[in-house]
Amino acid sequence: YDYYKYHPMDEWMAQMVMDYPDVVTIVDYGQTYEKRTISLLKIGLESEKRKKAIWMDCGIHAREWIAPAFCQYFVKQILQSYKTDTKIETMMRNMDFYVTPVLNIDGYMYSWKDNMTRLWRKNRSPGPSGDCYGTDLNRNFDANWGIGISFNCSSNIYCGSQPVSEPEAQAVTYFVGSRKDDILCFLTIHSYGQLLLVPYGHPNFTAPNYNELMEVGLAAATAIWNVHKKNYTVGASPDVLPNCGSSRDWARMQGIPYTYTFELRDKGEFAFELPEDQIQPTCEEAYSGALHIITYAHDKTFSGAAVTAAASFWSVLLAAGVARVNLMSS
Amino acid sequence: MGFRGFIVLVVLMGMRGSPTGAVSLKDESAHPNFVTREQKDLTVEEGRGDVMATGELNPSHFPARRAAKVVQHYLNTRYGSPYRLFGLEDVHSATAEDVADTGRRYHLQISAHEIISNRTQKCSADVFFPRGEPTQSPEVKASCEELLQNTTAQEEALYQRYKEGHSLLSAQYIPDSQGHIEPDMMPFWHLSIVASSFIMLHESTENTLYNMAQVAQITQLETEREELKFDSHMLLHDMVSQEILHWKLLFTWSPAEGVKVQQMQQIPKPNH
Repeated sequence: YDYYKYHPMDEWMAQMVMDYPDVVTIVDYGQTYEKRTISLLKIGLESEKRKKAIWMDCGIHAREWIAPAFCQYFVKQILQSYKTDTKIETMMRNMDFYVTPVLNIDGYMYSWKDNMTRLWRKNRSPGPSGDCYGTDLNRNFDANWGIGISFNCSSNIYCGSQPVSEPEAQAVTYFVGSRKDDILCFLTIHSYGQLLLVPYGHPNFTAPNYNELMEVGLAAATAIWNVHKKNYTVGASPDVLPNCGSSRDWARMQGIPYTYTFELRDKGEFAFELPEDQIQPTCEEAYSGALHIITYAHDKTFSGAAVTAAASFWSVLLAAGVARVNLMSS
Repeated sequence: MGFRGFIVLVVLMGMRGSPTGAVSLKDESAHPNFVTREQKDLTVEEGRGDVMATGELNPSHFPARRAAKVVQHYLNTRYGSPYRLFGLEDVHSATAEDVADTGRRYHLQISAHEIISNRTQKCSADVFFPRGEPTQSPEVKASCEELLQNTTAQEEALYQRYKEGHSLLSAQYIPDSQGHIEPDMMPFWHLSIVASSFIMLHESTENTLYNMAQVAQITQLETEREELKFDSHMLLHDMVSQEILHWKLLFTWSPAEGVKVQQMQQIPKPNH
């Protein structure tokens, strides 16, 4: 595993469609400031019923390179598993997975430019006076926008000139907004810190299903720990890492019930420059955590009664594959 | 078949795990979105975060974590070397109290992870954040349970190599963009983190959380003195503001004296 292995991203995405034509399509859903096309992979099995959906985005912050690597890993994992893992197959039949490997394409490519740009975070739209660049996309969403951030354009948490001023945030807002009734999970992938964060970022507001979000999050953290013994802290954003205007908060406000921010490895030793030999183990553990949340959301939606909830428990336990989830632990 | 058989059949059908019909949206108790039709999906809870916590603290929450991070920086300034480096493994418990008008004191039980020997040790620590202008550095007292592992031989070997060596060390961007560090640069990466810990300790407040982001440049300088001398450009990351802070740092090191900072100065970040 290395960071360059699946670049350029659009060629890799096209390859996924070629390799799994019955299951994968590319959906273009917006444009970056520098006019690059923002695309996601839609993954799912044909169904006559109206399907539910899972949203995952990576690379909203340019320097968090492990995040796009994880989206790619996640995609490959479910595509390689669904034919042999009946649980994954069932979920693909009931739900579509919308995975955006890199949302902030301009910023990400800029961070690859040279040593001096590696730690770029924001997008690349020019500020009001043109002498500073970039808005923090994860402060630009219309969710308690403008609180606890910076209105200074040169700040790394500059929230933009107004809510959803940025084309990348607009793309997500439109695509997810028009499908919000069908989306069960909104997972946004970041680094670093080893955290699972639940809404909301503003200390005065709590999600109505906060207890459930915490319970599922703690179980996901256990699933993560079971893979490589890495501790991920679970908490509400204000307690752990306060922020406003985040995509996660916005998604929760739309009614999407299970919204989480993943902050992947590490805890500050290598920070944003996570060594390539940690890509695989990081992806393995994060996959386990993400799959736990997704499976929970799926099972809660697609079971009508306690009997089938128990059945889901058994089928998850019995399912072969990478998950190794322990649903009974907290 | 009988009633019991019917129950068994129902249960067995349930056990197949995947219903063939679509979920009924009328069964709202099973539908996870049932609270979500309103635009603002909020309940008001008592405001938190404005008043910094006092008394027993949640060890997972940021006030305890930020104070614990300061202990990590302190341990590195005190005990760190090219072959000894501490990370914060966990916070077990924490309390905080205001000290008249002078500041706030945290008492913490943490586990520190010595990264190179891969050993964890429990420590108890006090961190005092002074109030007032201009901002002062925190004061730390810490005691850890185990004796530190002996790294003298390795340190001496490194020291001799670079004291006698014909070429002076000069390196840039450690780790590189892919997180890679050349094996013979590893001790200098560790040394850079130790030296930067003086900055991070000095600059820490209850509103910061510093980690080393990258060594932009480190150059060994000629010196008449016993210690090795380095000029460097360090990049620090503050998790709270998400900023990358640029610092010039002039420091010395020897096995006998440890790291000593001669000059440190923050420089503006490049505009790009």
